[in-house]
Amino acid sequence: MYRQARYDTRTVFELGGGSDPCVRLKKDLEDAVPDGMMRKGLCLPEVPERDVVMHYVNLSQRNFSVDNGLYPLGSCTMKYNPKFADILASMPSVTSIHPYQDDDTVQGALRLMHRLEQALCAISDMDAVTLQPAAGAHGEFTGMLIAKAYHKANGQDRTEVVIPDSAHGTNPASAAMAGFGVLEIPSNPDGCVDIEALKNAVSHKTAAFMITNPNTLGIFEDQIREIADIVHDSGALLYYDGANFNAILGMTSPGKMNFDIMHFNLHKTFATPHGGGGPGAGPVGVREHLTKFLPVPRVVERDGKYRLDYDRPDSIGKVRAFHGNFAVLVRAYAYILRHGADGLSEISQAAVLNSNYLKSKLTGEFDLPYRTLRKHEFVISARRQAKDRKVKALDIAKRLLDYGYMAPTIYFPSLVEEALMIEPTETETKETLDRFADTLIQISREDPEVVHAAPSNTSVGRVDELFAARNLILTWKDYLAIEKEEKGSR
Amino acid sequence: MTIDGRMLKELGIGDVEALFADIPKDIRKDRFDLPDGLDEREVVRAIREMLSADLNSEKAPCFLGAGIYDHFIPAAVKSIVMRSEFITAYTPYEAEISQGMLHSMFEYQSLVSELTGMDVVNSSNYDASTALGEAATMCHRILPKKRFLIPEAMSWEKKSVLRNYLRGPGLEAVEYGYDPYTGGLDPVSLAEKMDDNVCGVYAEVPNFFGTIDPAVMRLKEMFPSVPVVIGVDPISLGLLTPPGEYGADIVIGEGQSLGSPMNFGGPLLGIFACRKEHVRKMPGRLIGMTRDNAGERAFCMTLQTREQHIRRSKATSNICTNEALMAVAAAVYLSVVGPKGLEAIAKANISNARNLMTRIDELPGFDAPAFKAYHFNEFVVRTSVRPEKLNKHLARKGIIGGLDLGRHIPRMNEHMLFATTEMHSEEDHDKLIAALREVA
Repeated sequence: MYRQARYDTRTVFELGGGSDPCVRLKKDLEDAVPDGMMRKGLCLPEVPERDVVMHYVNLSQRNFSVDNGLYPLGSCTMKYNPKFADILASMPSVTSIHPYQDDDTVQGALRLMHRLEQALCAISDMDAVTLQPAAGAHGEFTGMLIAKAYHKANGQDRTEVVIPDSAHGTNPASAAMAGFGVLEIPSNPDGCVDIEALKNAVSHKTAAFMITNPNTLGIFEDQIREIADIVHDSGALLYYDGANFNAILGMTSPGKMNFDIMHFNLHKTFATPHGGGGPGAGPVGVREHLTKFLPVPRVVERDGKYRLDYDRPDSIGKVRAFHGNFAVLVRAYAYILRHGADGLSEISQAAVLNSNYLKSKLTGEFDLPYRTLRKHEFVISARRQAKDRKVKALDIAKRLLDYGYMAPTIYFPSLVEEALMIEPTETETKETLDRFADTLIQISREDPEVVHAAPSNTSVGRVDELFAARNLILTWKDYLAIEKEEKGSR
Repeated sequence: MTIDGRMLKELGIGDVEALFADIPKDIRKDRFDLPDGLDEREVVRAIREMLSADLNSEKAPCFLGAGIYDHFIPAAVKSIVMRSEFITAYTPYEAEISQGMLHSMFEYQSLVSELTGMDVVNSSNYDASTALGEAATMCHRILPKKRFLIPEAMSWEKKSVLRNYLRGPGLEAVEYGYDPYTGGLDPVSLAEKMDDNVCGVYAEVPNFFGTIDPAVMRLKEMFPSVPVVIGVDPISLGLLTPPGEYGADIVIGEGQSLGSPMNFGGPLLGIFACRKEHVRKMPGRLIGMTRDNAGERAFCMTLQTREQHIRRSKATSNICTNEALMAVAAAVYLSVVGPKGLEAIAKANISNARNLMTRIDELPGFDAPAFKAYHFNEFVVRTSVRPEKLNKHLARKGIIGGLDLGRHIPRMNEHMLFATTEMHSEEDHDKLIAALREVA
């Protein structure tokens, strides 16, 4: 059994001894601020550094991370991040450079970006890469803007993006953000793209078809060339969601599969820690015919010197300020250097082996919809457990926490009833996978009452999400207001 | 990685290749155009060496700003955000086991709410420029009109990012001018651009020229029915009236100043705050306080029905991966420096800027500040020397010079933007002045 730390749940606002944290500002520099613009007071907590550090260290111990244990979060690729990359990214030569420095003073940083772009081209078989997007979804948005610019340059008004119903939610959201109408098509009984549905959906209005391969069920869409032909014949572009790239690294590539645009999730595929939700990095790769639309600046090499080239008339412009999440790029580049051509293929081989091994240990106890061979992840169904024992995917997920595992992604994709989406990644050993499988099977057979009561070993018990949505306590001030109201009514 | 033969055996397959039988032969990749892997020592050496010759603010005082600033980061902040439990976690989907991250983000929301005077703060956008893009489209959701007003005096990069965010809903960014004497917003120009088709108006304080423009405080009064978006430097709010007190509907800003390094431009931290009545129209992730089944205080993500993983194409934005760790850094930073510390830092930025601009102004061939106004930590310098030439000279002297403003506002090609912060000592200023004297 696992036991997470249980410290008190005070916020930093309550650490100052309960006195009013508001500080009245001193007026000594009043002549430095226009009339009426001087702030009167500042209500930030005033806490000694020792207590602040103790507070956040205690909080960290109430948080689960990859370094604590298995994090089998399907669709998110939570693998171990080697520490040397973090150390490199915290060197002053990374942290203390300003993006507007003269190119001559940052030749090393520009060279690193250029080499990373080239490596990503080699890995993906794309012709050019921009490192600017800050996250995978931001890369999708960038890709959609490029698709828009491309069709516009060809004098075409294409207004729709087609997306399978199994896609990540970011795909339709990104397409809509770029102003496209979204047409979702159903999957076929194998969990793959329904070719007939695709044929019926694409038209002269289609700007792009967005998919990930392997898809969110972990199944490789083996009719991808046919899909590409259908999309291209209609004049549309084929977009690759790189979220699952970890599964095919070195085995095939978006370029080989005939994709036109793709994004990388550097934090997933090239192992940079996720930071509790970010930062990430979502570089976008394109084929030759789309290169001129990439965001500015582009890193170019001229006469042995690296330059940031802003002079690109067809570019879509910028998608964020400056050049991208450089500290994440450094980590990804270090990771690529470490593994090299030989090691990168082994990553996906090990990830796929781990996934299929774990899947084989769980089928039987759980239903496995669709065909059996999987790539990096697989989705099992707890429908039998839900029907026979009233133990739902959510209950199983919560019970797993008690055993010291992050829960798999649940209820996604929606095609699978009571879905548990599991991605073990390449960095886990057979022993870890065996223990995890045993635990899941044990939970499936455990007294349903115990499972329903889970989790009980985490720092808090089952959290009331409905209460949060109804009461909307989003800041400390909201809390104080509600507390005051409650006291008043008592 | 090594392939574990025991697992192959249990699966009853001889070779890992069998697991890739579903990838058709004609799309298999046979080889990489990449060198073989290196060991850890070699990688560390290669990257250290690659970056070693670059100039950085630890070697040379940095006078660049324009959205990213060299501020001091207390060691306690670095120490906390480097902790495995924060840095290697993912989005806290399972609340019970992720209280540390959720609780820290709630504190970030609360602290930035205090700082900006706004009701609601999301737990991060990518940077200030994308936050502005999201703010403009949110204005359009509040008031479905087609034009969004922005200052001409703004970073061209931010304008470019904004235009890309406006493409989807088909909005147009319209620029209003600045007062050539003060550098503040020109109310006449603004009034001219304001009409029935405007969904929102944006202004910055301090603005792109580093000036603290009191006119922003009258925006809501001037245009009560139009959503007002204010862009801030959060450090300046240690001293300045928060936008929430003068009626801002949305506040955005670059949070890098709060405990994150410059990192050559990223990761940054997009601050995004709004008034409570608009919370359901806001982009990004929100953390709420709640309770567990024993009634104990707990935190979880909330109002997720706005987000892409639930609402898909109808979501308020596509944000998934954000800048959570930078938000934690900001929370720790604000907690460590406290109200008095932040006030002192804000004042140090103001007085350093005053000192430096006075000294530059005394040099022949330089005019500083070019705009007669109050400044925060940066200011425009008019120079008779070409900015590019000047910066090359400064770099040779071990100084990271100012920004060539002509790149952002074409008619300002004789102007530079210099930033100074609490990082600069009197000696750093001496060094800059001496070097400028040489080229004047």
